[in-house]
Amino acid sequence: MDLLSFARGPALQFAIGVFCFGVTWRLAILLFTPQARDLTPARKGALPSPIAGGREVFRRMWPEIHPTGSNMFTTINGYVFHLGLAVIVFGFAPHIQLIKSIFGTAWPSLPNFVIHIAGGVTIASLIAALVKRLTSPVLRLISTLDDYISWAVTIAPLITGYMLVGRLIQPYNTALAVHILSFVVLLIWLPFGKLMHAFIVFISRARTGAYLNHRGAQL
Amino acid sequence: MTKDRTLGEHMSRRGISRRAFGKYCAYLASTMALSPKMAPAMAQGLAAARRQAVIWLSFQECTGCTESFTRSYSPTLEDLIFDFISLDYHHTLQAASGEAAELAREQSMEENKGKYIVVVDGSVPTKDGGVYSMIAGHTNVDILASTIENAFAVVAVGTCAAFGGLPYAKPNPTGAVAISELVGNKPLINIPGCPPVPEAMTGTIAHILAFGSLPELDDKHRPLAFFGESIHDRCYRRSFYERGLFAKSFDDEGARKGWCLYEVGCKGPIAYNTCATTKWNGGTSFPIQSGHTCFACGSPNFWDQGGFYKSLPSRTSSIGTVAGATAAAGVALGAGAALIAANRKKQYSKET
Ligand code: SF4
Repeated sequence: MDLLSFARGPALQFAIGVFCFGVTWRLAILLFTPQARDLTPARKGALPSPIAGGREVFRRMWPEIHPTGSNMFTTINGYVFHLGLAVIVFGFAPHIQLIKSIFGTAWPSLPNFVIHIAGGVTIASLIAALVKRLTSPVLRLISTLDDYISWAVTIAPLITGYMLVGRLIQPYNTALAVHILSFVVLLIWLPFGKLMHAFIVFISRARTGAYLNHRGAQL
Repeated sequence: MTKDRTLGEHMSRRGISRRAFGKYCAYLASTMALSPKMAPAMAQGLAAARRQAVIWLSFQECTGCTESFTRSYSPTLEDLIFDFISLDYHHTLQAASGEAAELAREQSMEENKGKYIVVVDGSVPTKDGGVYSMIAGHTNVDILASTIENAFAVVAVGTCAAFGGLPYAKPNPTGAVAISELVGNKPLINIPGCPPVPEAMTGTIAHILAFGSLPELDDKHRPLAFFGESIHDRCYRRSFYERGLFAKSFDDEGARKGWCLYEVGCKGPIAYNTCATTKWNGGTSFPIQSGHTCFACGSPNFWDQGGFYKSLPSRTSSIGTVAGATAAAGVALGAGAALIAANRKKQYSKET
């Protein structure tokens, strides 16, 4: 079996298995662990919990820059690479074809030059995030191996993708296989590291919103 | 034709002018990506070349490769090359049969020791002692081994010979293998394709005749001149690919407008071949120009790429069952772990 057949076949199948297992396992633990019930009565004017939770999920998506501007870089840079990743994953024709082969649904793709720009900007943004992490004493102190692995497995498919479209690895088959394998590594790592925030972020924000609303906090 | 006659002499007997021959050599040199300065050297080398003995072995194949060569755009100067070589053994084309045919092969091997070229089309079955394809009571493995022993070089023609092709496709019931697995250190040229482009074949033979050496090859033993670039790199529909304009089916508006065929399964990006530049039938067209996708028929395992009409990035193994089973296992384990933790917590608070 050649490398491309291995990447598109057993490797992708295995990674999807690990990914599905890991994500559902962690979500099940989170959702099935009984929580201590808040017996206090809700504050006057408090919204019903599902509404308060849902509102908080969306409210926190809106950027909030601190008056001193101290979180300016983290906020803007965070938006840049998250949006960049979304454009690349959901806008590039070959990615849409992969999604279609798994979920059976597809949508029109973006022109390649848009994807190339998004790719370049996202890579630069992720590198900037790493530089910030390494140069900020506080960030460096609170960083763990998880942060660095999560960064590496996120940027790897971007770099291999760029090498693929830029024909920096030859032949194309090998470049495509390397790109798919870097995605396979990302899928395997995602549920077990901080990248799991892609799923947990909504639950944690909703819970926080519901809790603070119950306590009457001004959000 | 006597073996001592040079190609130059043969040419003048056929009434081909030096000028026409020079033009042909310039064309060959350009298709083989040789510098224009090499054209006169090629013409000189070819004109002085003596008849080349060729033994053509056909194993597990469909004769499509031979059909392709014999039906190449004719009459052309490519014919001349075929005319000029001494095809001493070829099942489909030779007049002799039975023992006389085998004798012709042995005689050619004896007379041209170390100088003859062995062209092979078809893969070689190795399972069960190689009994799935026998010629004159001998297995293909044995015939190949004895024929190449004193050969100058081996040319594997067609994807079956070069990479196993259709017989090698899953589940490969005959244990078929590519020629490369059986030739050891013998110089080997692969000219894959199902069938291969005739010009790739004649160009390669012309190179050997003119320079007495093999052309530059890639890591899969393919002549770089013909297999150095992908169909995608040379495809005239490429601009549509870049703009994200794709045909969604073979008769939709996109297909009629000539948009890129990537989404209907084109494997052009992984296909290294010369169809998009040399084209077929004397430069008339090639599959993509005719509105069909490229199968990457000159690539290893092209038969097992997950389906001719599935787009290249599509998964090739079933994912639904794996995803469902692993997700169910994840939920069960996660919920179990959460309940155990809750029980422990209860017990702990009872004890304290
Ligand atoms: S039709 Fe095939 S080879 Fe041509 S640009 Fe589209 S994907 Fe590439």
